[in-house]
Order: sequence, then structure tokens, then C-alpha cells
Amino acid sequence: MYNTNYHRASSVEDAVSKMGSSDDAKFVSGGQTLIPTMKQRLAAPSDLIDLRHVDSMKGITVDGNQITIGAGVTHAEVHSSKELGAACPSIAALAGHIGDPHVRNMGTIGGSIANNDPAADYPAAMIALNATIITNKREIAADGFFTGMFETALGEDEIITAVSFITPVKAAYSKFPNPASRYAMAGVFVAQTGEGVRVGVTGAGADGVHRHTEMEAALTANWTPEAIANCNVDANELLSDLHGDNNYRANLVKVMAKRAVEMAG
Amino acid sequence: MSEGIGARVLRKEDKRFITGDGKYTDDVTNHGQCYAAFVRSPHAHANIKSIDKSAAEAIVGVEGVFDGHQLTGDGIGNIICGWAVNSKDGSPMNMGAWSALATNTVRYAGDAVAVVIADSPANAKTAAEAVVVDYEVLSSVTDAGKSLEAGVEQIHPEAPNNLIFDWEIGEQAATEEAIAGAAHVTEMKVINNRVSPNPMEPRSAVATFDASEDHYTLYTTSQNPHVARLVLSAFYQVAPEHKLRVIAPDVGGGFGAKIYIYPEEIVCLWASMKTKRSVKWTSDRTEAFLTDAHGRDHITTAKMGFDKNNKIVGFQVDTIANLGAYMSLFSSATPTYLYATLLSGQYNIANVHGNVRAVYTNTTPVDAYRGAGRPEAAFLVERMLTTAAGELGVDPAELRRANFITEFPHQTPVIMAYDSGDFNANMDAAMKASDYAGFEARRSEAASRGKMRGIGISCYIEACGIAPSAAVGSLGAGVGLWESAEVRVNPVGTVEILTGSHSHGQGHETTFAQLINDRFGLPADNVQVVHGDTDKVQFGMGTYGSRSGAVGMSAIVKALDKVEAKAKKIAAHLLEADEGDIVIENGEVKVAGTDKTLGWHEVCLGAYTAHNLPEGMEPGLKEGAFYDPANFTFPAGCYICEVEVDPETGTTDIVQFVASDDFGTIINPMIVEGQVHGGIAQGVGQALLEQAVYDDNGQLLTGSYMDYTMPRADDLPSYTVSHETTVCPGNPLGIKGCGEAGAIGSPPAVINAITDAIGNNDLSMPATPSKVWAAIQATQSKQAAE
Amino acid sequence: MTSISMVVNGRSVGGEVEDRTLLVEFIRENLRLTGTHVGCDTSQCGACVVHVDGKAVKACTTLAAQANGCEVTTIEGIAGDELHPMQQAFKDNHGLQCGFCTPGMIMAATDMVNRLGKDLDEKTIRAELEGNICRCTGYHNIVKSIQDGASKM
Repeated sequence: MYNTNYHRASSVEDAVSKMGSSDDAKFVSGGQTLIPTMKQRLAAPSDLIDLRHVDSMKGITVDGNQITIGAGVTHAEVHSSKELGAACPSIAALAGHIGDPHVRNMGTIGGSIANNDPAADYPAAMIALNATIITNKREIAADGFFTGMFETALGEDEIITAVSFITPVKAAYSKFPNPASRYAMAGVFVAQTGEGVRVGVTGAGADGVHRHTEMEAALTANWTPEAIANCNVDANELLSDLHGDNNYRANLVKVMAKRAVEMAG
Repeated sequence: MSEGIGARVLRKEDKRFITGDGKYTDDVTNHGQCYAAFVRSPHAHANIKSIDKSAAEAIVGVEGVFDGHQLTGDGIGNIICGWAVNSKDGSPMNMGAWSALATNTVRYAGDAVAVVIADSPANAKTAAEAVVVDYEVLSSVTDAGKSLEAGVEQIHPEAPNNLIFDWEIGEQAATEEAIAGAAHVTEMKVINNRVSPNPMEPRSAVATFDASEDHYTLYTTSQNPHVARLVLSAFYQVAPEHKLRVIAPDVGGGFGAKIYIYPEEIVCLWASMKTKRSVKWTSDRTEAFLTDAHGRDHITTAKMGFDKNNKIVGFQVDTIANLGAYMSLFSSATPTYLYATLLSGQYNIANVHGNVRAVYTNTTPVDAYRGAGRPEAAFLVERMLTTAAGELGVDPAELRRANFITEFPHQTPVIMAYDSGDFNANMDAAMKASDYAGFEARRSEAASRGKMRGIGISCYIEACGIAPSAAVGSLGAGVGLWESAEVRVNPVGTVEILTGSHSHGQGHETTFAQLINDRFGLPADNVQVVHGDTDKVQFGMGTYGSRSGAVGMSAIVKALDKVEAKAKKIAAHLLEADEGDIVIENGEVKVAGTDKTLGWHEVCLGAYTAHNLPEGMEPGLKEGAFYDPANFTFPAGCYICEVEVDPETGTTDIVQFVASDDFGTIINPMIVEGQVHGGIAQGVGQALLEQAVYDDNGQLLTGSYMDYTMPRADDLPSYTVSHETTVCPGNPLGIKGCGEAGAIGSPPAVINAITDAIGNNDLSMPATPSKVWAAIQATQSKQAAE
Repeated sequence: MTSISMVVNGRSVGGEVEDRTLLVEFIRENLRLTGTHVGCDTSQCGACVVHVDGKAVKACTTLAAQANGCEVTTIEGIAGDELHPMQQAFKDNHGLQCGFCTPGMIMAATDMVNRLGKDLDEKTIRAELEGNICRCTGYHNIVKSIQDGASKM
């Protein structure tokens, strides 16, 4: 790892101010992606601004059908939250399959979403739940937030402070993990929301997380696992790598979608 | 509770490991220690045009930056392969030069070009990045088959067409004739996938040069520190043997990868002399993937002929073995004498012929990995048998039984003389434990859940107890493969065993102590096993090839025989009895049939006070022995694997794994079972998950655990392990060896089970979900077309 | 450089470290507690697992500065006069061979019990070991050890 300067932010304002006075700083939350990247010397921020001690970014609130998860909430906290388990078990279950138990104790929902790894789990949930990404500057609809692999709508000194969404009527996430990394090779989050059926696909797409509108239409017409069978998943838009080619991933997207619908009931 | 032979004694060594007190090489820290970082080639094949070290040398904290010309200029010799294998035309193998730091040409991505010695690991790494190497990139080849093709770039001038040797064993003409006359011939192309050993402790070295004493100390992650010292001194001329102490302290797994003497140890020793500092290098995992010797990587075509009674009449094998960019220490022996000599498997086959071409490629060197050649042989033979059974329409178990060797000793057509075994007993036990007979009902039940269930059988045999020195010498080995031991009895009666074997997980501190308990009745706690330090143990050949029981413990037994004889002489003298009437048991020395008795400690003290010894006897009670085995040993067994495949995703679940092994005498069943568990996990890993993959430019794509799939707890089942014992007649304890069996027997069992489940025999390792899914699709398309 | 202080195995420790110092480097090099190991570069093998404020984390993927002010427990800190039940269970069930992954396994196992209770079935244990790799044992006896150790915690 190259040298860096570590700062602990006490508030969102403090974090932004520290960012402003640094050359090439990065915000770090759990650090479970950033620190390995720095260890490999593939990232070399001049400064690290630690957001884990910002109280306003913590906590999970369920207010009627409105769910808000602070950006600093760890995967372990999402997974074990009783409120979420009751209001939106699909997202609690999803969090229980990110990384491993030790990683889940550090990694946060805000960090995962801001990083937008094309094989990360949360982005699929965000777009399927039609979530709102709340930053220190604005509120961004998930559809407009994820702009490509590792790319988001976030500005330089913009910090995700929370995500919020309306409790879905039905929802589930099914993931086929990469055998080595255990990131998603294909992960599909299906949700019946107040604004219709939404399907978020991660891990498979050549451009990262995306919605699958044909499946959404099919499931809108007929919310059953069988409805997926006739949907077309275009392999040309999917990744190929040593763990599986795009045809295999196309199959996985359909199978994971089907299983997610089965799980959602 | 007994602590003798056959007892499940808990491990003496565990306490330090479970409390965090184990002492591994990277835990060693010396005053003023520096750190080495290697500049490695990013190219698979290139000429080095120039190296500019000036920017690196200017970095604060850098003690030195050294390149290959400096290394060879100081007279450091090339790294060698220690086993000479001749081609069938009698010509010697074509070994290319391998300098610990490349001088003019790099031959694989990761080849070391220069080293930086600095005051911290981070500074060393930063300085290594600042070394500017100008390369002329050459074309490269990673595939063993392609490396022999015309027009491919030559990797070493010494090896025309990249061919190292073209070797054979057995009778070609007779085998071809037998197959030509066969009623049925099964033909297959079988690829044995390249894997990375991945001991969890990365390799590490701490080298210290003491200028005032002109003496070197090397802590290193080695399975055989004495061999390391011999090679470092005699061949690489890094330091004279008597001025070099090599210590392999606690070593975190080896699996073969820590047998060899790598460039990094050589360079650290040399650099400690250059800088007059203690120099530490610890591999990170990516470096381990790049530089730890890989395993397997064979391409084989084979024909097996059967007569009308389904008896095998001939087996013809043609293998291309990928040895990587350089010949590692045992690389020539692994695909020849450790592979083709086992092609007869457990079967009575009159004609076997194996041809092996070993080739250079622009990849990490390949050498022995758990099983070393024998897994490749077992995989080939056992895939052939199951494939043939399908073609012949007979049960794969019955086809095997019909061809089993049942009488011993048995001379195979490929050198080996099997000394003992009961292959039917192992198969009976495995079939019973797995409820083989009830399988079809389980298959139907699984089908009702949408799962494809299959069962696979594998009957392996291996040659261990490596090896009779004269025999391996005649086959080209550069060393003898005996083992040494010394038993030191202290005046108070406690015992130290000094052994040339090395424990890196095998539990020698416990198992070897059990021999003392068995012999003298002393508690295992009163025994200390000393190993892994060339200053303490005079010499030894180390631990690999499942040899520590059959060879290492045989040496201890020989030394114990001498100790016992002397102790009895002393006791007979003290008790005024006949030497032949003395018995030693439960820590007491008695005259049989009388109440005359001495404590063991009294006899030992007597040996050291020497006040009253038999006329002419030397004081003391310490004996050494060298044991050179008379033959290889032949562990064998039957493994049965049952899988369920999810046809939608191609995922394989191992729902049952049964192993029935014959290891000869077992000293500690708990430890032996653990060895089988671990071996099976590595074999299942090779069959389902693991492969070292290169891209077209020779870049290793699987350079971390993000892409190389290590078996995890949820990839594996619990195993049902049992033993059917025939005692090995070749060594005093009757031991055959257990360390590698699991990795040898399991891959074919797994693949035979999956091909049975999916009804498609065209499946290579690793059978990843994507590959299995594609095979299912292919079968379904074929069925649809019919 | 940054000044840090924390409580490690019940003892207050501190020092000046480079900001880039990993928690595992601080533990191994500064504190000379070498029971915590490093087996990979990508946060997967789990040989480095320690507890920070009672939760298992990978010390190779945590900066020492991130743990400033925290309570850290390493393998050296879990036993009193007697071995911790999980340590004893690993010995009793032959849950280790080379010992290199063992400290991380034991720290992961005690964390598992802290989160999920003492009654752990095989499937749960195998799933929960996703972040810990062993190359020696094939996991068979590790699973048995954790089941046994959990029941005695």
C-alpha cells in the first residue's frame, strides 16, 4: 500500500470539509473493497476520510411503509435487523450473503452502493425496490444513480447518507455466486412495488447492474416462476469470463429470476 | 489409555498452534532486519534489453538493488533439476539454464529479474516498482500441446522444439499388438488440469549472514531443510554446507510446493551477504500463484483393449507433460517414474506402454503436488475403466473386479512389483458403506426433486515409501531416498527423537512419540521430537511422497532396536540375568519370570554414570540409524462418490463420499483419517473447482482467490473413511503411507459420478457449474436431434 | 504517521504508526503477537481474523487507525488459565494440521457462537465458514471441532 493520510470524520459536514482540503482523498466506510485495492497498489488516495463514526449515517428506521437505512449500516446489521426482517426480509436475506461474516461486520450499504461493483448485490436491490439514494446534496432515484461499472451519479464531495424505499408487496433476491470470489455471477432481485414489478440484475451485465424490462412485463402479467420461461435474456449484453460465458450467464439470469419469484411467493 | 501403535493419541503439537504460539518463518524477526522485494517480469516471454536501477537505489531506506548479472558474476549457480531422465533414444534430457534472477531472457510472467533490499516491506516494494526494465517482448506459448508445434517460439536454446525428453516405459509393439487384437477398444483424450498447491502459509525466507563467523542461517518454509542446504551449497554455491544452517520451523502446509529450492531463498542468502543485513522475504498470495510450483498439467490420449470376457489385454498411453518455463527439482520424475509406473493400476494387464513427452512452456514451473504423477495415472486409468464399462454395458465395479490383481507379489509391465493388497476387500467395504446396491432408488428419488444423481467409483494404487536409493539412482535420481534418525535417551530416561523427516501438519511429534510408548511404555509426553534444523539433525531427506511413516519411522525403529539392545545389555548386567530374559514394558526393565526389576530411568542413569557397565561398553544411550527402503510401498483403496447435479445451474453437490483405504499398519488412526480428509478435499478441489488458467499472452488469470477457487467448507461434504489393512511386508512396521491417497483416489470418483449423473461422458476437470451445465445442454440437444 | 491506542487482549497499547499500517501489521510487527496470520491479499482466507469490539473482522483489511480506540482480541487473548473451550475442541477433534489457518478459524468459530448460539448444525457451520480457508483438514474435523466447542462455550 502507498502512503496515505487517515482522517476520522465526526459528521457529514466534517467529512466534506476534509475532502475539500485534500488532494486526492477518498471516503472510506468499511473499506472492504477499497483497502484490498490499495494493498494491491491499484488505488492510491492521498487521504482517507473514515465515515464509520458519523452518527447521522447509522440506524435503520421503518416508518409505516417507508424504510430508511443509514449509509453507514453494516451488512451484518441489515442482515440481523429485526425491523427489516419483518418489513423487508428480502433485503435482510440479501445482506446475509454479501462477502463473509467478517466482511459483513465492516462493509456498509453506503460503501457498496457508492462503489457500484458490477457483481455487488445491493445495487440490484436498489433498482428493483425503486429506492432513493440520499446524499448530503440531493436525493437520486436508483434508476439514475448507477451509471455503469463502478460508475455512479455521485459528485466528488458527495456522500451517500442513507437509502430509502417503500416496503415492497413481495420481493426476493436469488444469487448464483462466483465459485471463487463469491460475488454474484448472476443475482436477480424481483420486487412487486407500489409502482409495479421491477427486476434488478447484477453480476451478469457487461455494463453492470440493470433492469430487465421484459421480465418485468411478464411478471406484471403473471407473477409466477413460469412467467420467466419465455423471457429472452440477450447473451450479447452479458459478461464472459473464465467462470462462465455469456450464454451460461444468460441461463443463470433466468434461473435466478425464476427462483427469486418462487422465494417471494 | 494406550499411547502406542494404533492409539488415537491427541496431538502434542496442537497446544502452540491453538494458542497462537506456533513459530512460522515469517514470525522470525532479527535485529536490523531488511526486506526483499522482487522485480518480476510482466511478460510471459521477453528479452531483457536493459535494467535501470538508479531511481530505485535513490529511494530512502534502500540497501541495495541487485540483478542477475551480479548474481551470476558472484558465482551463484543455476537452479537444477535433480533427476536425470533420458529420452527413449538414450539422449539426456534437454535442461535449459535457470538463474535465480534472469539475466538475458524471462520465460514466464513472474520470472524474477531483480531484487530490492530495503528497510521496510513497503519501501522495498516501492523501490521494486521504480526499477525500470526494458523488455523486447517475444511470442509465448502456455499450452503443452501447442508448444511442440512447428513455428512456436523456442523457450530454451538447449531444448529444440521445446521438447525436454521423449521417454517411454513398457513394450510398445506388444501393447499395440494386444490392442489390435482386442474385442473392444476404449479410446480417450484425458486432460489433467493444472492446479496451484496453495499451502495456507505463503513461502518465506529469512537469511542472515554473520560476517565475523563467515556463517549463514536460513529460516525457510521447507519440507526438507537438509536437501535445501545440500542443493544451496553443492549446486548453487551460495554458501559452503558446513557454514550454512537451514531451519524449517513450523511450516504451514507444503503439499509438494515447499520441497523445491526456489530463487527467492537463494537470492535472500546471497543478498544477506551483499548487504550484511538479515534479509526477509515473505510471498504474498499473488506471488505464490505466480511462483510456487504448479501441479499436474497433462494432455493424454490412451487406448485400452479388452478381450471378449472383458479382461484388459493392453493399455497404450501417450502423454504430454507441461513442465513450465524451467525444470524444477523433481519435475522430470513426476510425469515419468511417479506416473507411468502406476499405469497398471489395480489391474492385471499383460501389456502396458506409456510414452511421455515433457515440454517447456511460458508458464510457472510444474513439479510434484500432493500425489505427484500418481493422481494423473489414477485419473486416467479410472476414467478409462468407467468409460469402458459404459461402452461394454457392464457395471463399473464389476468390470474392475474382473480385472483386479489378486495375488501378490505382482510384477506389472511398468517396473513396479506390488507387494501386498486386497483390492476386493477395499471395494467390498466401500460398496457396503455407500450402499452401492441401493443407489438406483436414490437416483429416482433425486429425479423426483429435479436433481440428477450419479455415482462414481475409483480404485487407486500408488507407490510410496520413496524409495530404494539404488533403484532410484539407476533411474536417474541425484540423491538417495533413505531416511535417518537418532534416538537420544537422556540420563533421566526421557527421550529425544531426531528425525530427518519434517512435519508441516502431519503430526510427527505425536506419531513418532507413539513408537517410544509402544517400545518402552513411556508416556508420549516424555518424548521430544526434533526436526527441521540442520544444526540439530545430522541429515535427512525430508517429507513428501507419503514417506515419513514407511521410511522415516523405519529409521527410528532401527535406531530404537539399537537402543533397546544396549539397554537390555546394561540391565542384564545390573540384574545379573541373561540378556535374552530382559523385557522392557510400562517403563520398567524386568527379568522375565522373576520379580527382578529396574525402573527404565535407572537403566538410563546407569548408562550415563557408567559406574557399572558391562566390560568394554561405551557409556551413554544414544543410537542413530539410516534406513534405506527395500521396495516402494503400495497404498491402495476404493473411493465412491455420489453427487447431485442441479440441471438448471450445473452445480454439483457431493452428497456422499466414501473412502476405504489400505495403508498397512496405522500408528494413529485419528491423524491418518485427517490426512485422508485433507487429501480428498484437494482431489475434490481439482475435480470440481481448481484450475490455473493463462490467457493467450501468458498472463495468469487465476492469480488470487478472487479467481482461483479454493475449496471452502460449504463446497465439501463430511467423509466416510475406513481402512482394510494388509501389512506391508517391506518395512519393519508394515506401513504403506497415507498422505497422498485422498488426492489420488478422489478426482476420478468425482468425475465418474458427475458423468453418470448427467449422462454425458465428455467432461473435463474442473467440472465447474458452467461446464457441467454446457455438458447437460449438449446432451439435451443431441437427444432432441435424435 | 498517526498516533493510535487500543486495548489488545485486555492490555492498553499504543504507538505511532504510518497511516497505511494494517491492523494485522500492527498486531504482528508492533505488538509481536504473531498468532494472527496473513494467508492472502484479497480478504478471503481468514487467517487474520481477530475480534474488534467483540466482532470478527479481517485484520488484513482493516487499518490500525480504523481500530483506534477499540478493544481488540486476538488468538493469544482468548484463553485464561485453561484453554478456551473452542481451543480445546480443536485439539480434541483433530481440527488442525499445519496450524496456520487455526487462529483465524478459532476466532471465527467463537464469533459464530456469539452470533448464533451454541447449538450449531453442520450446514450452518459450513456456510458460516465462508470467510475462512483451510488447505489441510478438508474441513471435516473443523466442523466437528466447532460443533463440539460451541456446545461447551
